[in-house]
Amino acid sequence: MTEIPLGPAVETEPFHDDDLYHPRSWLTKYVFSQDAKVIAIQYSATALFLGFVALALSWLMRLQLGFPDLVTFIDADAYYQLITMHGMMMVVYVLTALFLGGFGNYLIPLMVGARDMVFPYANMLSFWLYLVAVVLLLSTFFLPGGPTGAGWTLYPPQAILSGTPGQEWGIILMLLSLIVFVIGFTMGGLNYVVTVLQGRTEGMTLMRMPLTVWGIFTASVMALLAFPALFVGAVMMLFDKLLGTSFFMPALIEMGEHLKYGGGSPVLFQHLFWFFGHPEVYIVALPAFGIVSDLISTHARRNIFGYRMMVWAIIAIGALSFVVWAHHMYVSGMNPYFGFFFATTTLIIAIPTAIKVYNWILTLWRGDIHLTTPMLFSLGFIITFVNGGLTGLFLGNVVVDVPLSDTMFVVAHFHMVMGVAPILVIFGAIYHWYPKVTGRMLHEGLGKLHFWITFLGAYAIFFPMHYLGLIGVPRRYHEMGDATFFPESAQSLNAAITVMALVVGAFQFVFLFNLIWSLRRGEPAGGNPWRATSLEWQTPETPPPHGNWGRTVPVVYRWAYDYNVPGAAEDFIPQNQPPAAAGGMA
Amino acid sequence: MLVAFAILLVVVGSVLFHLLSPWWWTPVASNWGTIDTTITITFWITGLVFTAVGLFVAYCVFRFRHRPGGERPIYEPENRKLEGWLTGLTAVGVAAMLAPGLLVWKHFITVPPEAADVEAVGQQWQWTFRLPGDDGRLGRTAIRLVGPDNPLGIDPADPAGSDDIVVDGGELHLPTGQPIRVLLRSTDVLHDFYVPEFRAKMDLIPGMVTYFWLTPTRSGTFDILCAELCGVGHAFMRGSVVVEDAVAYRSWLEDQKGRMVARLATPSE
Repeated sequence: MTEIPLGPAVETEPFHDDDLYHPRSWLTKYVFSQDAKVIAIQYSATALFLGFVALALSWLMRLQLGFPDLVTFIDADAYYQLITMHGMMMVVYVLTALFLGGFGNYLIPLMVGARDMVFPYANMLSFWLYLVAVVLLLSTFFLPGGPTGAGWTLYPPQAILSGTPGQEWGIILMLLSLIVFVIGFTMGGLNYVVTVLQGRTEGMTLMRMPLTVWGIFTASVMALLAFPALFVGAVMMLFDKLLGTSFFMPALIEMGEHLKYGGGSPVLFQHLFWFFGHPEVYIVALPAFGIVSDLISTHARRNIFGYRMMVWAIIAIGALSFVVWAHHMYVSGMNPYFGFFFATTTLIIAIPTAIKVYNWILTLWRGDIHLTTPMLFSLGFIITFVNGGLTGLFLGNVVVDVPLSDTMFVVAHFHMVMGVAPILVIFGAIYHWYPKVTGRMLHEGLGKLHFWITFLGAYAIFFPMHYLGLIGVPRRYHEMGDATFFPESAQSLNAAITVMALVVGAFQFVFLFNLIWSLRRGEPAGGNPWRATSLEWQTPETPPPHGNWGRTVPVVYRWAYDYNVPGAAEDFIPQNQPPAAAGGMA
Repeated sequence: MLVAFAILLVVVGSVLFHLLSPWWWTPVASNWGTIDTTITITFWITGLVFTAVGLFVAYCVFRFRHRPGGERPIYEPENRKLEGWLTGLTAVGVAAMLAPGLLVWKHFITVPPEAADVEAVGQQWQWTFRLPGDDGRLGRTAIRLVGPDNPLGIDPADPAGSDDIVVDGGELHLPTGQPIRVLLRSTDVLHDFYVPEFRAKMDLIPGMVTYFWLTPTRSGTFDILCAELCGVGHAFMRGSVVVEDAVAYRSWLEDQKGRMVARLATPSE
């Protein structure tokens, strides 16, 4: 058995590259840093913090739903504020920020063999604008009237009228925060896209990139096209609220008073919102698809099956996701003939999505499956994603959506498909890349405990919830009240879901503890603990220092999936391994 | 290893929950049993796929888990034939759900010419209804005309509106067997007219008239809920619809006409 060299030897001499930004002080190295890896950690830490805030909000709302007599301090106002802030935080400020700002910043330069992002200064501004957006969002908790309770979809006219909590300040700051977020994201997003297009190292062709990069890249392109719709929607609603324009406001009556609005269209806002909102689902999903492909391939020690199909499926999903938005609006009063078009496009998108699922499973088939924590989370992802994806076929098929729309079935569906499934990938990815970021492994026992409770618990929360929707329970009800169709046993189901949610939520603190504890006490990881092929594992030092690669950037000779190549000495061949040294077929 | 059994448990548990749990939709009370049929078709197809995928994953994990000295994985980047077959089969499954869905949708959006009009108006947070008088037509309305004496904004200049019957108190009656077009208006924010037993629902939008149609098929009293967030009173925006035979319906209608005449004779305070 011949030893294969793992990338270039460690160089101790610092390199100097005039094109690269160099920090001069502690402040510019760790706070106002322009290094993508530091920015990634700043983004991730902020997003994780917000994730725990959103988790606390979900506990409160679940307590109200499960045990309304117990939590008398949660009234209708508070409940609507809780669901609104939980939803907006999770979708935009946690998932988008974590996948693109966090994983995108850390992994893109390393995986494509670049020293950093191409516009480091804009990249730094991206994070600080994100932080401003987060502060604006959180500030509404402390202002008169509190945060907006308009629902995360912020539908006008209700969002800016009395009768909805937070109509004094909450809605204004929510819209401002979104505007700032989009500006900040644009700075980061341009970086992710241009770095992938222009910053790749020699030999790293597009069709050799790991699927993680493909997923994040496509999601960034989509976000750059989709977020402007949210941006203009937010600006127009702000004008309606503050300047008395009528973009979204028809002639109407507020609590008996005729208002001066007239001629606007509430449905126009819904089109703008969902033109952003549906691609947003895939902005979260595509990075998860990409990452989980790499986790499965690495930990099953097998090449990803059907790589080219996987790439084209990502691109097809990204493109199709811009022509399906009105499936969120089947009962919105839009022209009913739209239903034919949007149901057809929506169900077609199931085909490339299904291809991805098949290829993940066919990668497991005849693999050498190491049941590591990242692999466990990936398996959990497959099951929850298949479940959530299939219920999407109910809601996408226009007439099937009619009875289910605006019920708990929808809540269960989107939590399974864009809540639980991508979050399982985030956890898997953190267990996978934490050793590269910190140089230490996360504790495996705690990781497995975290997996079992999260996977089985979250499934037990959201699977039965579909059936509440089938009964006919509408979403966004803080209590069911008297209703003849609502059996008493359904309330006990609600209570069981709440108990499960409290347990699953509590065990997320095990994960938080693991993150902090392993920083100092974790087992030293070495440079490539998973024996993975992609470039980030071949850095001369771990964690990678500023500039990533020491004196010379790596040269790429192969795709990222050379696991168990026939004739090769080892069960993996790094991407930067020249053909002669690797043996086997190149 | 354990995870293979856990996945098996999740799949089998989900199927058993679906079959054995008491929580299922209410018996349908309109002609939209066809919607239930499309849901049933979708449950069969998606259920089979979920079970097949889940069981196959469990099998793969069990069979190909890492064991010292186990067999070496195969190196097979692509398999065009297999990928083609899977894509084709998926397309067939999707078409099998989409085709009946679109057919029923076509039916859903085609209002039969003999349908009678009923108007439901949403205001934070109550339902009011309006029925046409003997002319069978509802009069024009405008938001600017809404006031204490004219809560629905009926235009007095339109003769078609002079015999309209306004039903307040949140209880609507409908006769069985008669196709009904429900016209929907809102004077303030978005609402959604939703009766779980009817299956159909549609948003109410200020500035627009929206609609859907149904034929009530089963007598009974059903809850009307608001299904589009409309502010803090959303969950309490309730009404009820009483579906009854034609004779009972006629006597209710006559009673409503009498109340309307009485109300017009003594203008409200």
